[in-house]
Amino acid sequence: MAVLTEEQAFIKDQASAWVIDKAPVSSFRALRDSKSGRAFLPQTWRAMVDMGWSGILVPEQYGGSDLGYLTFGLILEQLGRQLTASPLFASSLVGASGLMLAGNAAQQEALLPGVVNGTAILAVALDESSRHQPEKTAFRAEKAGDGFSLNGKKTFVAEGMSATHYVVVARTSGDAGDVQGISLFLVPTNADGIERVALPTIDSRDYASILFTDVRVGSNAVLGSPGECMPVLEDILDRARIGIAAEMLGTASRAFDMTLDYLKTREQFGKVIGSFQALGHRAAAMFSLQEQSRSCVEAALQAVDAGANNVPELASLAKCQVGKFLFQMSNELIQIHGGIGMTDEFDAGLYLKRARVLEASFGNRAYHRHRYAKLMGF
Amino acid sequence: MTGAFEISVRDWVASNLPEALVGVRIDMYGVESENREVRDAFELWRARLAAQGWGAPTWPREYGGAGLTDAEAKVISRAIAKSGSMNPISYLSGMGVTMVGPTLLEYGDAEQKARHLPAMARGEVRWCLGLSEPNAGSDLASLNTSAELDAQGWVLNGQKTWTSGADKSQWCGALVRTDRSAAKRDGISFLMLEMNQPGIETRPIRLIAGESPFCETFFTNARARKDDLLGELNHGWSVIKRLLQHERQSQTNAPVSNTTAERLQDVAKRYLGTNVDGTLSDMDLRSRLADHLMDTAAHELTIARIMTDARGGNVEVSATASILKNSATDVAQGHSELLLEIMGNQGLGWEHGEYSEGEARAVREWLGGKAMSIYGGSYEVQKNIIAKNILGLPETTQKG
Repeated sequence: MAVLTEEQAFIKDQASAWVIDKAPVSSFRALRDSKSGRAFLPQTWRAMVDMGWSGILVPEQYGGSDLGYLTFGLILEQLGRQLTASPLFASSLVGASGLMLAGNAAQQEALLPGVVNGTAILAVALDESSRHQPEKTAFRAEKAGDGFSLNGKKTFVAEGMSATHYVVVARTSGDAGDVQGISLFLVPTNADGIERVALPTIDSRDYASILFTDVRVGSNAVLGSPGECMPVLEDILDRARIGIAAEMLGTASRAFDMTLDYLKTREQFGKVIGSFQALGHRAAAMFSLQEQSRSCVEAALQAVDAGANNVPELASLAKCQVGKFLFQMSNELIQIHGGIGMTDEFDAGLYLKRARVLEASFGNRAYHRHRYAKLMGF
Repeated sequence: MTGAFEISVRDWVASNLPEALVGVRIDMYGVESENREVRDAFELWRARLAAQGWGAPTWPREYGGAGLTDAEAKVISRAIAKSGSMNPISYLSGMGVTMVGPTLLEYGDAEQKARHLPAMARGEVRWCLGLSEPNAGSDLASLNTSAELDAQGWVLNGQKTWTSGADKSQWCGALVRTDRSAAKRDGISFLMLEMNQPGIETRPIRLIAGESPFCETFFTNARARKDDLLGELNHGWSVIKRLLQHERQSQTNAPVSNTTAERLQDVAKRYLGTNVDGTLSDMDLRSRLADHLMDTAAHELTIARIMTDARGGNVEVSATASILKNSATDVAQGHSELLLEIMGNQGLGWEHGEYSEGEARAVREWLGGKAMSIYGGSYEVQKNIIAKNILGLPETTQKG
């Protein structure tokens, strides 16, 4: 654990207590089983907003507290532990980062207060295929009058059904694979020509597939410099990767704790199974991975706050290392629990399913290995 | 951190490092250099450091230290490293300054400390450790070497192995059985004895990588003074546990990446070439190389985090030493395996000639590095420690 300020320590403890008390995995399970079509509980989201979490990255002039990414990461880790569903990550981290890094003063003023008070929910519409590959963006935005016309399909958009606004990654020139020609647009989800469909993902969270048919936006919807947004998009995505790594660390650590608890209580052959060396060694290996993952995640969060120039490497490192931990840990969670781990009644399955969705989000391990190699010059 | 202290250390190093060592990047083998001038310069450098108490800076002054804090000691080692030289005292004292010394400070009586520590801190006496035996490796507590008390003191009989540097040491810390009727761990004591005596014979061990510092050491009615028992009689197990913690500590404090060496990815590009986009031509190797570099970064960030936490009083550092020992092993052995794979046929040479010096060295380091997961508590023993001491899992079923 990084050395925290008093305020950070307070927020972490508050988040930890609140999540266990008010938004535990049992309430996520109840929501899933209710088949209400809702991906999160409005009162959960309201409580987060009331605690100020939605404004942690936002400057004070727009109603936020500007406490930074490490603080946000501490909260996401706690949410990850209980699989708490909310738009906090998508809107208040990814969306807010997008507005702050690419938006102009007018755009920030128009939307950031809504992000902070929870009335606006932002979602980044990026992926177009079965893979995360931002540079391969083919979705077209063409000049139309004073503004643009957007056409194409986006998929796997997190919080896509709940969002009030999309940050759409589009191509205004060039072809898929070109670094040049990428633009960002801020589009209200109720604009004419938008059709959104919920994706029934294994983790029962909010993902949408969105069809854009001649969606007209004005020039005031353009975020950043048209055609030159690839660098700022990478900056936004790196923050997303680091944030989601913090959530994944929480999910994997809880899976570890559940497993360790089982190792100490389950008896077979007249002994607790944790006394078997084959299992003890696997627990030791998982614990080591956990410690290394934490080091990477905290270093990455701190690097963003410090404005360090190695954020891209650390983002890929954190996503990849914690990805490895979560992948192995979610499998061990099932395996070490044995038959009970296979039952829907037990929580292991919820963690395994969420683990794979998180792994695919914002680039899987293969993507980040490749990217890390490129950043390291080979 | 006091800036003034740092400046005074830097000034001292600048004006006391002998001319012949200035600007020469020199490792521990420089102490035994064939070049007489270098050897003499090292002796002068050792004496000057010893006079400062900087051979063991954190020890009390009365025992040859300088009474400094860990942070101040780090300032000194950094300043010496920056000068391109090294502090020879830790190396010259063998297992003294890093392991026997700190344990003596905790368990020794005043007379023992006064008798042993100052020469150790000056790098004048080299220590070895007689711990493992042919039938007591990972299961150290099953050791069989015995010590019995007679009118003149202790009489030792038995065989030790992997006694690193035994053939060059003047003193030995030995773990011996002093009560055969007690349970395995309860009849063990820690004795200190002189190596230069008729009852001790040492034989160097040749390893898969060639020459090695390791020896077999035979005790045949070897003698130890009565008052050279460290800690209580039959309570040597707690002494050795503490000593091994110091060992893990000293291993994990060693920096992993040699910053002066060519980066592994650059070696790979040199041997294998690149595609038009600059990526390594062997995509399979590239992926595993990226994995290895990320594991290395994660290991180094973990060391940094634990150091920061320790300063903030967050964790007991020794609790994490086993994690770091194993990840340091993974990183070092992984590095060697990748380096050999990169070199291909050129990474298979035993002697120079057709193979460059770097290639031959890579092969020897690869072979020598296999010891990392065996010594100082094997890879598996470290996992047992993590499972039991950190995770609180019940002891693995074992006898004794």
